[in-house]
Amino acid sequence: MAFLELTNLEKTFGSNRVVKDFSLGIEKGEFVSLLGPSGCGKTTVLRMVAGFETPTAGAIRIDGQDVTGLRANARNIGMMFQAYALFPNMTVADNVAFGLKVKGVPRAEREARVAEMLRLIGLPEMGGRFPFQLSGGQQQRVALARALAPRPRVLLLDEPLSALDAKVRVSLRNEIREIQRELGITTIFVTHDQEEAMSISDRIVVMNGGIAEQVGAPFQIYNQPTTRFVANFVGTLNSLSAAVVSPEAGQVEVAGQVVTLAKAPIPARKGDRVTLALRPEAVRFGREAGREVVLPATIAEVHFLGSVIRLTVDVDGTMVALDTFNRPDQPPPPIGLDSEISFAAADVILLSDA
Amino acid sequence: MKRLVAWAAFIGGCLYFLLPLVGMTEFSLKMRRGEYSFDAYARVFGDPRFWETFGYSLTLAAATIAFGVLLVVPTAYWVRLKLPQARPVIEFITLLPLVIPAIVIVFGYIRLYNTSSWLPLTGSAFGTDILLTMGYATLALPYMYRAVDTGLRTIDVATLTEAAQSLGAGWFTILARIILPNVLVAVLSGAFLTLAIVIGEFTMAALLNRPAFGPFMQLLGANRAYEPPALAVIAFAITWGCMGLIQLVTRFSKHERAKA
Repeated sequence: MAFLELTNLEKTFGSNRVVKDFSLGIEKGEFVSLLGPSGCGKTTVLRMVAGFETPTAGAIRIDGQDVTGLRANARNIGMMFQAYALFPNMTVADNVAFGLKVKGVPRAEREARVAEMLRLIGLPEMGGRFPFQLSGGQQQRVALARALAPRPRVLLLDEPLSALDAKVRVSLRNEIREIQRELGITTIFVTHDQEEAMSISDRIVVMNGGIAEQVGAPFQIYNQPTTRFVANFVGTLNSLSAAVVSPEAGQVEVAGQVVTLAKAPIPARKGDRVTLALRPEAVRFGREAGREVVLPATIAEVHFLGSVIRLTVDVDGTMVALDTFNRPDQPPPPIGLDSEISFAAADVILLSDA
Repeated sequence: MKRLVAWAAFIGGCLYFLLPLVGMTEFSLKMRRGEYSFDAYARVFGDPRFWETFGYSLTLAAATIAFGVLLVVPTAYWVRLKLPQARPVIEFITLLPLVIPAIVIVFGYIRLYNTSSWLPLTGSAFGTDILLTMGYATLALPYMYRAVDTGLRTIDVATLTEAAQSLGAGWFTILARIILPNVLVAVLSGAFLTLAIVIGEFTMAALLNRPAFGPFMQLLGANRAYEPPALAVIAFAITWGCMGLIQLVTRFSKHERAKA
C-alpha cells in the first residue's frame, strides 16, 4: 500500500460531480503534481486530502491511517496557498512558530526549529519582519517554512507560484523541489502550468472533468499521451488528418504521401480518417537525415522567441508549428516562403480517440 | 471657480458644525457673571452623582462591549466563512434596533422579564443591570456588526482559517489568535461607538430605573442652566477622546498599516 492512498474519491456539489472515482497512490517522499485546466477538480482533490472538503464517497489513507473523516486540524498536513495566507498580525518568526505553538512545543525547541526553518528557506535574518515588509517570493518562502515547521506527514501546494512573477516563479519552484528532496516529504502540487508540473514532479496526474486522464512521469506524459486531451493539454501539439491505407502495415496517407507508422496495426479500417499528432520539436524545417517523411509547406507565421524561433507552416491547409534554434548568422525565413518540412514516422503519435 | 466653491462649502460646513459647539462651550464658561470661569465644570465634577452615574455607565459600557464582541465577532466570522447566503438576513436583523424605538424594546423587556415572569430579571438590581446590558448591546448592534464586518472584509477570512487549521489550530485558537487581532481596530471602533451610545442613553436606563449617566444628564438639564452645556462639552470630549484612541491604535498597529 502507498504512503498516501486515495481510493475511489467522489465529490459532488449539488448536482455537479466535481471529482469522479478518483484513485491515486503516492509513495513516501514522492512529488506528485495534479495538472489540469480550471474546474477539472484538482484543487477539490487537494482540499479533500487537506480535510477542507469531505468526500461524497471514497477513502483517504495516510501511512495506513484512514483520515477520511478526520478534521483538518488533526491530520498533520502542511499546506501552502496561492495567496500566501501568512497571518498579517504576526512576524515571520511567529508565523513559522504558529503550528509548533498550537502543538505545545516548548519555547526553546520552538525557537530552534524556527531558526532552522528560516535558514532552510534562506531568510535567517527576516524573523522580526511582518509579512507586509516582504516581497511575494519571500512571503511564499515563509509560507513554506510555516507549513514545514510542525513536520507534517504530507505537504500540499495549492498553486503556490501563480501569484509570483516569472523569474521568481522559476527560482522558487526549484527551491521548493530542493527542500522537498532534502526533507523527503510526500508532496502534492496543484497547478495548471504544465511547464511547472513537468519541471519538478516525479509523477504527473493530468486531470480533466473530475477524472485522472493519465498518470505518469513527465517524460511519459509528454511523449506518450494516451488521450487526445492529454496530448493537447501538455505541450503544443500539431494534428494532421490522415487516411488509413493499410491498417495491418500501419500505413496512412498524409498530404498525398504514404507514411508507415512505427506502431502497427492501426485500430481502424482502410479508408478511415485518423489524427496524427506531432510535437513541434519533432518537425524540422527543410529536409534532415533520419526524418523520412517530407511534406511541402508554406511559411505562414514567424515568432521570434529568443533562443528559439517558432514557425507556423501551412501543410495542405493544416497549420503545423515547429521550432528551430536561433542562429545569429541566419535571419528567420520570410512569411510566404515555399519550402518543406520533415519528420520521422517514429515520432508520430496516433491518438486513441481519433 | 471650482476651488472657490469647494472652499466656501468647507468653511460653511465648519461653521455649521463648530458654531453651536463654540456657543455651547462659551455659555458653559459664563456661570460667573462678567467673566469666563470653569465654575460649571467644577460644579459638575463636584457632584457625587456625576461620578456615581458616570462610573455605573462606564461599567455597563464595558460589559456591553465584552458581550457585543463575544456575540458579534464569532457571528460575523461564521457568516462570512460558512453562511454567506445568510448575510442579508443577518444585516436586516442587525439593522432592526435602528427602526424599533428603544422604548418599545424596553417595554418588551419589562413585559417579558418582570417579577412574575419565568425569568424575573427586573426583580433585582443585578438582574436589571443584565437586562440593561442586553438592551445596550441591542442598541449598539448595528454599529458593532458593521464595524466588525468591515474589518473582516479586509482580510481573507477563508484562507487564513484554512491555513491555521492546516497547522493544527481549533476554532477558539483561530478566533482568538488570528481573526480577532486582525480585526482589532474594527472591534475597537465598534467598542468606542458602543461606549458613546451607552454613556448618552436615556430611555432604557430611565424606564428600568437604573442610576446611569443619561438620566443624570436629563435631570441636570431640567434643573440647571450652566451645568448641562458643561456636561455636553464633557461628553463631546469623551467621544473625541475615543476617536483619537482609534486613530492612535491604528497608527501603532503595524500590520494594520499594511492593510491600509
